[in-house]
Amino acid sequence: MPVQVRGEVLGVRRAGQYHVLTLTAPGIPELTRPGHFVGISVGGEGTGMILRRSFSIHKVADRGPYGGTLDIAFAVHGKGTAWMAGLDRHDSVDIVGPLGRPFALPREPVGCVLVAGGYGSAPMFMLAEQLRERGCRVDFVLGASTEDKLFGVLDAKRMASTLTVTTEDGSLGEKGRVTDVLPEIIERLGSSVVYACGPMGMLAAVADTAAAHGAYSQCAVEEAMACGIGVCMTCVLPVIGDDGVTRMLRSCIDGPVFRGDRVRWADVGTVPADTWGAPAGGH
Amino acid sequence: MTAVIGYGPVGGEPGEPRIDMKTWIGDWVLPSPVMTASGCSANGKELDAFFDLTRIGAVVTKSVMLAPRSGRATPRMAETPSGMLNSIGLQGPGIESFVENDLPWLRERGVRAVVSIAGGSVEEYGKLAQVLRYCEEISAVEVNISCPNVADRGQVFACDAKLAADVVSNVRRIIPSEIPVIAKLSPDVTDIVGIAYSVVKAGATALSLINTTLGMVIDTETLRPALAGVTGGLSGPAIRPIAVRCVWQVHEALPDIPIIGIGGIGSGLDALQFILAGASAVQVGTMTFNDPSAPQRVHIELARALAERGFGRFTDAIGYAHRPHEEPLSDFVADAWAEDDRAGEGADPARPLSSGAAG
Ligand SMILES: Cc1cc2nc3c(=O)[nH]c(=O)nc-3n(C[C@H](O)[C@H](O)[C@H](O)COP(=O)(O)OP(=O)(O)OC[C@H]3O[C@@H](n4cnc5c(N)ncnc54)[C@H](O)[C@@H]3O)c2cc1C
Ligand SMILES: Cc1cc2nc3c(=O)[nH]c(=O)nc-3n(C[C@H](O)[C@H](O)[C@H](O)COP(=O)(O)O)c2cc1C
Ligand code: FES
Repeated sequence: MPVQVRGEVLGVRRAGQYHVLTLTAPGIPELTRPGHFVGISVGGEGTGMILRRSFSIHKVADRGPYGGTLDIAFAVHGKGTAWMAGLDRHDSVDIVGPLGRPFALPREPVGCVLVAGGYGSAPMFMLAEQLRERGCRVDFVLGASTEDKLFGVLDAKRMASTLTVTTEDGSLGEKGRVTDVLPEIIERLGSSVVYACGPMGMLAAVADTAAAHGAYSQCAVEEAMACGIGVCMTCVLPVIGDDGVTRMLRSCIDGPVFRGDRVRWADVGTVPADTWGAPAGGH
Repeated sequence: MTAVIGYGPVGGEPGEPRIDMKTWIGDWVLPSPVMTASGCSANGKELDAFFDLTRIGAVVTKSVMLAPRSGRATPRMAETPSGMLNSIGLQGPGIESFVENDLPWLRERGVRAVVSIAGGSVEEYGKLAQVLRYCEEISAVEVNISCPNVADRGQVFACDAKLAADVVSNVRRIIPSEIPVIAKLSPDVTDIVGIAYSVVKAGATALSLINTTLGMVIDTETLRPALAGVTGGLSGPAIRPIAVRCVWQVHEALPDIPIIGIGGIGSGLDALQFILAGASAVQVGTMTFNDPSAPQRVHIELARALAERGFGRFTDAIGYAHRPHEEPLSDFVADAWAEDDRAGEGADPARPLSSGAAG
């Protein structure tokens, strides 16, 4: 169950192209599991920005001098994130969380590959820690268009058995995309599970690659959200259920983590004709 | 239905004003005038984590149709200055699943439920009413008539006085007379009073004003409409003045018809504007996305705002802004504070409102 709390900014620091915001968030850290996200109010008193912005929870600390704290890592994208980048220590921020359905963890100590694009790595380090605690082998693949859009390279190096970096311009690691290196990694290590977070195009390719190489995949998607708590129905995408029927599921409450083989990636943004309740001529 | 709480301290905290917050929609007595708005609270469950749904007037459920609906393609929303556009396309499970899976939860929790229905034909509304007439413990039915009529090239029911009346009379005929039938009107008409007259004549117990107003955003990067559905419904504080105007005009013309004011309400003072304009209750929609506990907060802030202005009973404030100019405020002021044993600590009119999280 999520909670709504007033947090205090403990710090904002730069990390390459990204900002890392540390907030007190009493009650949220102890409920957080990897893949959960928070909804943050932006703009301050009297703002015209009425919708919360969603961010993966990057790190949590449930004890310490300030009680529970959490970190989010974000890129300045538009007005809301620009406002967040200008927050100062002691500023107050309204936070709702933890939201969504987190990554499912394997029961057995199996090999896991964690694949992330850009800031998609934000939730992956907490995941890596918990997988390692369960005795799982963790290998990281981080990708971005250029070196300065990678996030958490040092953390990944520290936590993983191996780290493979790809950049589209070749500024760091191998030139290319994460899916160029992923098949070989899964095959060589015999990995059972691929966890992924990043842009939708990357997730689609990762899910296909995992399936083609016999691995199970868990993908955290990013859809525009108005409420983040499941009440508005804006954040939907076509997902196949256990009964084989496609439904438009809410990514904020049924996701953001979905099984990669269940999302109809090629149809995201549309309502496929065989979706439950799809109309003959469109709504 | 839960027992009527009626009179009592709203916030439960020492120093909270004691205001009688009861209101009426026809014969239905509500302990609080604040409800959620259809489509902004799903079917209640998701908001349960944030506040006690039994403490507000009612939960208005997502407009449900006869058959399951997938809704439209994405993107379904775009943020706009002090508002948002949505184009959901009434995604929902269909009435049977709703009655089987969603209503029981509300009933078990003792949450007052207003069921919103939507249809593509006068007959579809009738069939929905047929299913609901046998459902016990529905507090009221809200008829969302901002839907295109499939039989008439998509003419929206709410934009045509005769069509709107046909839908309402068909539902009213079927729903037991003790259950209020509330017609929810669209602001996208030239004469909202004319539509209001015609649905009241058709048997509407009350009116919900307003639904979203049609808008559009073009993405200047993709050079295309921002929404997959091209146009969408504008909601949030951006439409509040339009909504207050609609309530004012309709209350002036039909002072005896209960009105539920809706549009950009995010604070007690926002709600108070609607009440003063003539609303007997309010609904909180889009601002719930900003603050999931907004409906409860609006109730508490409204009670406080009424107390600070000397009202002892919520109902005394309904339509108060319509009073003739000569009438001095003090004539109307109830003696609630003088009678209240805690008057000394709570009655300071200069006490600032707590600002809450409304942005
Ligand atoms: C589950 C989830 C997790 C996310 N995690 C992160 C993260 O860890 N780090 C990070 O930098 N970003 C993350 N994002 C994306 C982040 O929410 C957007 O970048 C942010 O909302 C943009 O707000 P803005 O005001 O700067 O941009 P604007 O373009 O001005 O925003 C306008 C509206 O569009 C919505 N919007 C715009 N872009 C996106 C987007 N990419 N995804 C969702 N909504 C969007 C905004 O919420 C807002 O309502 C996440 C999104 C989701 C859904
Ligand atoms: C995402 C969304 C979905 C909505 N769905 C419905 C609906 O199903 N039925 C309905 O009658 N109104 C629906 N509405 C309209 C609201 O109930 C309300 O009338 C309108 O948004 C104005 O109030 P607000 O500014 O407080 O949101 C919806 C509004 C939004 C924002
Ligand atoms: S964002 Fe509102 S339902 Fe998902």
